[in-house]
Formats: sequence, structure tokens, C-alpha cells
Amino acid sequence: MTQKVKVAITVNGTLYEREVEPRLLLSDFIRHDLGLKGTHVGCEHGLCGSCTVLIDGLSSRSCTLFAVMVDGSDIKTVESLGTMEKMHPIQEAFQEKHALQCGFCTPGFLMTTVEFLEGNPNPTAEEAREAIDGNFCRCTGYENIVEAVQLAAKKMAAD
Amino acid sequence: MKPAPFDYYAPTSVEEALDKLTELGYSGKVLAGGQSLIPAMNFRMARPTALVDLNKVKELSYIKPTADGGLAIGTMTRDSVVEEDIMVNERYPILVKTIKHIAHKQIRNRGTFGGAIAHADPAAQLPAAALLLDANFKILSKAGERWVKATDFFIGPFMTVLEPEEMLAEVVLPPMPANTGASYQQVSRQKGGYAQAAVISTVTMDGSGKVKEARVALFSVGESALLASKPNQVLAGQVPTAEAIEEVAAYVAKNECDPGTDIHGTEEYRRNLVHVLVRRALTDAVQQAKK
Amino acid sequence: MTESTISKSYKRNEDPRLLTGNGNYIDDIEIPGMLHVAIKRSDYAHAKINKIDTEEAKKMPGVVAVYTAEDLGDYWRPGPLQVPPPTVIKGSIFHARPLECIAKNKIRFSGEPVAVVVAESRYIAEDALDYIYLDIEPLEYVGDLEKSLDPGAPLIHEDLESNLSADVRQEVGSWEKAVAEADLVVKKRIVTKHVAGGAIENRGIVIQWDDSFKVLNVWATTQGPVPMRNSIAKYLGLMENQVRVMNPDIGGGFGPKIMSSQIDDVVIPWIAMKLKKPIKWVEDRRENFLGTTSERDQVHYAEIALKKDGTILGVKDEFYHNTGAYNPYGMTVPLNTQTHVISNYNIPNYFTRIIMVFTNQMVVTPVRGAGRSHGIFVMERLLDAAAKELGMDPIEIRRKNILPPESMPFRTGVIGQDFVESVLDSGDYPGALEKTLEAIEYEKFKKEIQPKLRAEGKHKGIGVIMFTEGTAVGPYEGAKVMVGVTGKVNVVCAYSNQGQGHYTTFAQVAANQLGVDIKDIEVVIGDTGQWQWGVGAFASRGMTLVGTAIHNAAVKVREKALNLASKILETPKEELELADGVVRIADLPEKFISLGELAMRANPTRGTVEEGMEPGLEAASYYGPPHGATGYGCLGLILDVDPETAKVKIERLVIADDCGTNINPMIVDGQIHGGLQMGIGEAFYENLVYDDYGQLVTASFMDYLFPQATDMPAKFEIKHIVTPSPLNPLGIKGIGEAGAICVPACFMQALEDAFEGMDLDITDSFMSPGKLYHYVQKAKGA
Repeated sequence: MTQKVKVAITVNGTLYEREVEPRLLLSDFIRHDLGLKGTHVGCEHGLCGSCTVLIDGLSSRSCTLFAVMVDGSDIKTVESLGTMEKMHPIQEAFQEKHALQCGFCTPGFLMTTVEFLEGNPNPTAEEAREAIDGNFCRCTGYENIVEAVQLAAKKMAAD
Repeated sequence: MKPAPFDYYAPTSVEEALDKLTELGYSGKVLAGGQSLIPAMNFRMARPTALVDLNKVKELSYIKPTADGGLAIGTMTRDSVVEEDIMVNERYPILVKTIKHIAHKQIRNRGTFGGAIAHADPAAQLPAAALLLDANFKILSKAGERWVKATDFFIGPFMTVLEPEEMLAEVVLPPMPANTGASYQQVSRQKGGYAQAAVISTVTMDGSGKVKEARVALFSVGESALLASKPNQVLAGQVPTAEAIEEVAAYVAKNECDPGTDIHGTEEYRRNLVHVLVRRALTDAVQQAKK
Repeated sequence: MTESTISKSYKRNEDPRLLTGNGNYIDDIEIPGMLHVAIKRSDYAHAKINKIDTEEAKKMPGVVAVYTAEDLGDYWRPGPLQVPPPTVIKGSIFHARPLECIAKNKIRFSGEPVAVVVAESRYIAEDALDYIYLDIEPLEYVGDLEKSLDPGAPLIHEDLESNLSADVRQEVGSWEKAVAEADLVVKKRIVTKHVAGGAIENRGIVIQWDDSFKVLNVWATTQGPVPMRNSIAKYLGLMENQVRVMNPDIGGGFGPKIMSSQIDDVVIPWIAMKLKKPIKWVEDRRENFLGTTSERDQVHYAEIALKKDGTILGVKDEFYHNTGAYNPYGMTVPLNTQTHVISNYNIPNYFTRIIMVFTNQMVVTPVRGAGRSHGIFVMERLLDAAAKELGMDPIEIRRKNILPPESMPFRTGVIGQDFVESVLDSGDYPGALEKTLEAIEYEKFKKEIQPKLRAEGKHKGIGVIMFTEGTAVGPYEGAKVMVGVTGKVNVVCAYSNQGQGHYTTFAQVAANQLGVDIKDIEVVIGDTGQWQWGVGAFASRGMTLVGTAIHNAAVKVREKALNLASKILETPKEELELADGVVRIADLPEKFISLGELAMRANPTRGTVEEGMEPGLEAASYYGPPHGATGYGCLGLILDVDPETAKVKIERLVIADDCGTNINPMIVDGQIHGGLQMGIGEAFYENLVYDDYGQLVTASFMDYLFPQATDMPAKFEIKHIVTPSPLNPLGIKGIGEAGAICVPACFMQALEDAFEGMDLDITDSFMSPGKLYHYVQKAKGA
């Protein structure tokens, strides 16, 4: 009875071919079908931004998309950034500025920041704040995240 | 919060999509960006039987200049593409400003221009922008195409003249007249959140200090996006004095909108917002037109 | 002596893991063959259950089982009381009605669980919820705190005479006497509003019954692993060591994750044992709003008696406290309110009464700032009202009554949530006030800036209020410190970490005694398989209680290491030092023995040992304070209000705070930031609203406004005062809740100031622009 649809989705450079139910949310596909647990789910109605990933370079909520809708797309998740031993400059900046506490919302912020700094490599504090406005964080009050985004920009310019 | 099951179709051409919509009739629903539909499905408040996903119909995504200096926008063009398009920025800066108020970047990267219009959320920006800019909609079905003006398109909350076998294929914006200023005014609880009242306005001046045309679109304050008629009745052919604008604003707030009371504000408060925002929008648009 | 690791802003040990997607949160746990749970919740707030029909749901493909209260048989029973009643307070009445894990005969709040579906996927489990049919008789909804006690009000617990849940009175001095001597008595009805904890990660549990070893493995987002372990063991008739509760990484707690004895930790373990299958339940956001605990709902009838010069003679505060449909968490929240009304002031006569009522709403348990925010709001609003009546400046009335440093420790005479008298242990309260006034340039704003703005028709207002933060309450916490054979150090406790940075700060405390790099200290938090004892993460007590236990344990380990090294190096202990992972002779640093080697030697495998010898470089310690440590501070705000739309912008925010020794100042500031964000939310964005039938109107982030980045001021300006607490060796007080306590009172003062000359008279802790508009209209006489 349950219809399954073939999809071919590239995630972090690896092509995954899977058969999925049309209703499978992209967030569940990434987390549970592919086992990439860095993408988190906080609200499943497109408000909190924890599940933010890049789809063909553009930040998107993965909880308000069906996996079948992005068949053929190229997706990047937090796992595409640095490793524990060698973090991405944005990740380093988040650590240095104490821009995370529980860390649950953090991957969403990181992916939003990746896209933002590509378009604006030298943001003001106000621009950085507006850029992260679509991501919820309950722990930090956002101030350190704003500073981290600016610090990341500096680090990336220096690289 | 997982959606109920549905049948899924992913046509790759307009023709295929129209075939499927005709076949499904009332049980079919178009899936465009999904940014309104999928949250509703996750709450199981929406349970469509079948979805016709247009994301693979590449021919519906474009921005093209029209012969008269306007623009034609394909229904599946993402909001962020419209927002960043050079022609849109040159010809309709007010549209860019309006789109920037739609939720956040992550939503605009997926949400589609035509999808938001066809969804006809009374609290959404794009239906109001379409009214303001006097847009013309190309509607396709297997039977052929028909054109409907924005002013005839919206018939109630989440209701339009679209039949189940039809799709909104293209939005055509007529050219913006010379000497036109525009303004976007909104009060929402938070940035990117639903407006408690919002006004978008254009004012075209005649070159001698008088108003040629004043347009005021409102949203979030009625059963659908609204185009107020009083502003043009009062201001056209007149010098837009502060008094005249105030009179218009008071009238619109009292007679040309229908905001309700909700948890964030009373009807009285929201009518007051309309009053203030219409005044601010017209005043600002006049200033912009004079530049 | 090596360099101290205390009061330094180390980068956090846990960050590289969390930043790279290597965190391991509850929903990240996958066990082969795992089943998934969805919970059927009542749409009605108050109803009698006739029958729940699950037959159709059970037949659905992919559904493994469906259970209702009936199906649990004798296993069904109301959960234990998680916090005992305040019997120590004489004359107190408390009607214990602990949570029913799943509704049996009656539904008492909308969102209450009525059935559990176990299925092969969460998608299928949710599908099945639609095929469970409830035959119920709706009853009248009780939601109004004051009307809940009306004669004839529908009873939520029919075996009680009324909806009264508790009645607790405390008096210091005599309110009657204060009134008799007073020149002025000001009375107010003050309301505080309902808010959610709002952790970005929802609650969840994964259960695995190991049938061969007879061990129940539990991964849970609980803030209290040991109490949860104990309660599961008791329910299932197991020994404590047959139940292992483990915290994965937790995506924020903020209070509600302390609540256990709910459907997840009572019913799901039973099902997992019955089915012999691992089971996962992760709450979704809608369930979190409907079913997870929340708080802040109180109605106060408060009075303040004063002399003409503004001296406080007494305060009387009788308040209704909403406990929701049950009262499993005792009276922690309203007791905090009683102690925090005192704020920073000398109140010689104080009468306070809690009237705790049952309503058909979700259960109330602490949310960051628990009860304290409300008490501060009442006192600070009373002072503002009194200042207005007396024609005094709001700052002057505070200066007049503030407790001076020499009054510390100040015994309040009021019993708090830890069932002992609340004592304000240390601090310079006037110093915090003056520091804030100076930083925010109060005088200049009032005398120069504001009059100018007013003349331009602009409405900017300033507010400055004081607050206390009762923290670090007992009973106790414990920890074990162990040096391993590699020389790395293990710190183990059964506390719970939701982002507070304990992997770093606990390491700092241990490193300070043991002379090892903090990166070489592995901290284990919240695993009852590794450490058996503790209470839980609440009341900003982690750093103070666990930190002190770690300190004490590390001191013992240090002694052990020095004693053993002294023998091996044949050098008196006094001539040795611990540094860089070795014990060495201070004057002869090339003569040393590594900690790893010492650890090896401390556990001999042949030969004999001295009597009384304890093996290993290991020690455990426990710490329980006589009473909580009290932080305090002062908040200043400048608000810019658009008088036409009533939109409010926070132009400046200055906070002075004293939490004693800052183990890691960077983390302390982070705690203040996060608290302030919640405080701003409480004052201006967040509000749980029920309709007239008890339906939660704000059950999504579309309606419940979560504070965003652009809702915050551009900068949180923090001024530190450090008065070490005399209660513990490191001088720590908690800091987790400061920001979440102080904002509403200050916000309302600043709004009133923005419309100075009009009597806005705000007595509500939540103020949306829509409400503010009507306050202004009313004050205008419109």
C-alpha cells in the first residue's frame, strides 16, 4: 500500500540512492536513513532553524521539505565542515566566543553562517544579527553568536 | 509531528502536471515550495490525498522582461531569486523590500513566488504585493490558458478562483509608472513573523506636485489581502497634504479593513495600527516619489 | 605551586564535539530493532473517560501494541511525589495529588496522555493515533485561579472538598503592627504569566531491557538521573543497580526536564520489559507545549506599609498559585516566591500566604527563575507604586530600604524551597545598585536626555530594579575523582548537564588541585552506572554543590598522591608539588614521578598493604550546604517606545551581578546572557494562553513567540561584583537564573517611565504592544 519513490541525493559529496516514502521529511532522511545526526530537529514546523542545511548552496529548513522534493540536489550538513581535530573557522569562532551552550541549535546556526558569509564576507554586528534571526537559541541570548559570526568572517578572510 | 501518507506525483513538464491535476480533480493539490503546506501537514491540520510536486518542472522558474517594461515571473521562481534579481531590483524595489519581510532567508530560499500567491494566506506579503502592483495571472489547465487580474483572484482566506485542475503558471507585473514612490510599513511582534497589520503603498506624482495615482494594499487585517479604494479617490489630482493623508488613513482604518482580535492584539489596536501605517506609508511614498 | 585554574575563561572541552555534529542527543540513539512510541493525548481539558477503543489502531500494519491505563492493570498507579510537602512550616496544608502517568477514569488537562502506541516507526505510530476512539463525557473546565475555589466550582480531584492544593502561611514580625504604625499602605493586585521552558531539544527517552543480564538501560533527557533511576526501580520492582539511567547530550533543560514519573519513564519501561524490545520516544514540539510542565501563573494581592519617608514597615502578600492538574513537584515554585519577595530589602514585618490551586491545565514545575521572578516582580512593583504615592524617585525608595553589606549574613525568617530558613549569605547590595546607576547614566538620562526627548515627542523610559537569586540549595551532591594509569583524570558524578559547561568547569576545579591540564580531565555526568548518588540539576546548584564535592574529592586525591610520592621519592610531603601531571620535588624538579605511575602503584596487585589503606588515586566526596547561597544583582533598562504603535525596543541593558567566585567568567557571562533572553521573553514575547475551554492556543512557535536575535539589545552590558560565599570553600553562588528573574519588573518600570506623567500602573508581568496600547489609552482617559 505504501508508495515508495526512488531518490538520488548527494549529501556532503556522497551520492545516496534510496527508496523512500513520499512523506518522509528531509530531516528524518538525513538523520535516520543516512545516519547523519548532526542535523537536529527542534520544532518540525519551520520556525526554530535547528534542522537548517544547505540545498544547492542555499540554507533551508529540512523539516519542512519532503526528501522526494530534493531528488537530484546537492546537500551540505554540519558534517561537511571541520572535524574535532581540525575545525572549520566558523566552528573555531563559535568555540572562542562561547557561542554555544547545549549545542543543540548550533549546527543550524553554522549552516546559516556558511551561506551568509559567502554573500557578506565582512558583516557588521547588525547584519550578522539579522542573518541569524531565523535560528532559535535558548541558551546564549545570541550576543556571542553575533560576535562569533563576525570573528569567523575575520578568520576566513585571513585564511 | 509527522505528516499523514499521501500519493505523490512529480511531473517534469507543465503538460504532465496539468494531466495529473485533471486526473486527480479535487483530491489533488499542487506542492510548490511547501513552506506553508508542509508545516500544516506535520501538524496533520492539512491531509491532502495526493500531491503534484512542481519542483521538477524547471520551465516554471524564470524572470523575464515583458515588451512594455514590466516583468513576467514563473510560478516556481523561489522568493530569494526574485529578491536578488537585478531586473526586479531595478524595476520594483518595493517588491524586493516586501519579499525581505517574508519570514527568514531559509524560508525564502524554498518558498515560491506563485505558491505564496495561490496559497492566498490573508497574512502573507505576496498577495498584497500583487494587488498593489496590479499583477495579471496566467492560469493554465488542459483546456488552455486564462488571465485573471490580481483584483479578481482572491476570494477569501486561503481561497482563490483557481479550479482544482488549474495551476497559476505566471505572474505578470505591469511597468511601474514614472515618478512613483513606494513604501512598506508593518508592525509584527517579531522580525519575520506574521504582521499584526501591514501596508504597502505606491504613489505616482504628476510632475506638478499633485498625485496622479495612490495605491494602498493591506494584509493581515482582513479575510484576504486588500486594496483600499479611498486613498486614490481622495488623493488623485490633489496635493498630498498631511491633512489629506490623515483623513485617508483614518478612513481606511475604519472602513476598508476588517482585523479581528487575537492573542496579540485587539481589533481596536490593530485598526489603530492600520491608521498609523497607512499614514506613514503614504507620507513616505510621496517623499520617495518626489526624489 | 602551579597556576590556579580557577577564575579563568578556558575554552570549553565539550565544544569541538558539539560543533562538528558529534554530539549524541537522545534522538541520535539508535538500537537495532528499536520500536517507536506515539502518545494519544486528550483534546479535552476536563472529562470523564467511559471507554477508550484501541482495536482498530492495534490492527494497523506496523503497529506492535497499544496500551491504555486499563491495559496496565495493577501497574497503574499515581506517581510518587517528586518533592515532599513543606511539613516543616507549621499549619501548612498540602493535598498531595501526584501525576497519573496515563489518565485512567478522568482527564484533567488538555494534552494528558490517554493511550500509547508502539510501532515500527514514529510515522506509523502517529497514524495509529487517529484510530483510537475516546468515549468521554466533557466536564466544565477550571482555569481561573481565583474562581477555582468558588463554592460549586467543578472539582478536579473529586475526593477533595475543593480545588485547594495547598495553603501555606508564614509571618515574620507582625503585619498588623506594621499597618498600625504606617503612614501609608499601598495595595495592588499583581499577576504573573505562564511561560514555557522552551528548550530547543524536546524531552525523550530510550529504553532497552537486557533480558540476559536483567538490566534496564535508560537514556533520558532528565535533569535528575538518580531520582529517575530510583523511581523506575521502585515501579518495576528492580534493584537500583539493575536500572542504569544515562544522560546523553541534552539540548537545554531550563527546568521542565527535571520532572519525572511521567508516561515516558513510568509506562515505556514497563512496555519495553514486556515486549523485550528497545523503545524510543522523543516528544515533538506540539507535545512539548501541551504535555510538558511549565509555570509562572500567579495572582497576588500584595500590600506594602511605609513611613512617610519611604521606610518599609511591612509587606503582606497573599497569592494564588496555579499548580495545574496535579502537584507532583510539591511547593518549590511558590516557596521560592515567598522567599524572593524580600528581594534586597529590610522588611521587618512580612506576612505571606500561598493559596495553591488545582486547575485543568498542564502541571506546573520549575522553569528557569522558578518562583523567584514572581516574588521580585511583586516587591519591585510594590516599591514603584509606593514611590509614586510618596512622590519619591524609585531609586531613592530603594536606597532607603536596601540591606547594607554589614547586615550579611541576613536571616530572612522565611522558610524556602529547601525547607530551611532563607539566609542572604553575602554581598554588597547597595554597591550593585550604584554600579548599575553609574553604568546606565541614570542621573544624566533623567535630567538631561529624557526631558529633551520628551519635548520632541519621544517616549524613552529608564528602569532600575534589584533582585536576589536563591541558588545552590541542598540536600547534597557528590562526585568521585580518580587518576588513571595514563595520568589522565576522571571526574564522575550523577548530576546532569544541559549546556552549562560542566565538562570544562568541573575539570577546572579538579585540575586546580591535581596540577593537570584541563584537557586531560574527562568528566562523566549523569550516568548512574558510574556514580550512584545525587539529586539533580535545578536551582542553579551544579557548580556550587557538585563543584564543591569535586573540590573536596580532589583535595583528598591530592593528599593520597603526595603521601604515596613522598614514600617513593623519599622526600617529605611538604617539599613536593603537583604540576604538569607529575609529583616532583619543588627544589629539584628533575626528580619526579608521574601521576599515572602513582596511580599504578596505588593499586598493588601482589604483596601486602597497610591496614586501612584505600586503593587507587581515587576519592569520593559529598557536599550539602546548611542553606542555599544567594546571588543578587541590579538591572537597568532603557526602552524606546513608539507611542503610536506601542512597539518597544530595548536600547540599553545593564546588569550588575554577584555570583561569588566565577570559576569560568566566560561561562558565567553566557549564563547571564541566556537568562536575560528568557527574562526578555517573559516580559514581552512569551505567554502560554488557554482559551475558555482549556485548549492551549499557543501550542506552536507560530503563536508562542520565542525570542529571536533581533529581539535582544545590541549588547548585554555586564558589571561583576565578586563577594565569595562563605558557605563553600570556593566561594561560589549559582548564576543560572539571574537574568531570568529580573527583567519583567524592570521592563514595566521603564515602560511607566517612558509615559511619565500618565499613570500606566502596570501590574502584569507580560506586556505585548497590543496590551501596552490599551494601558496608554486607559491612562489617557480614552
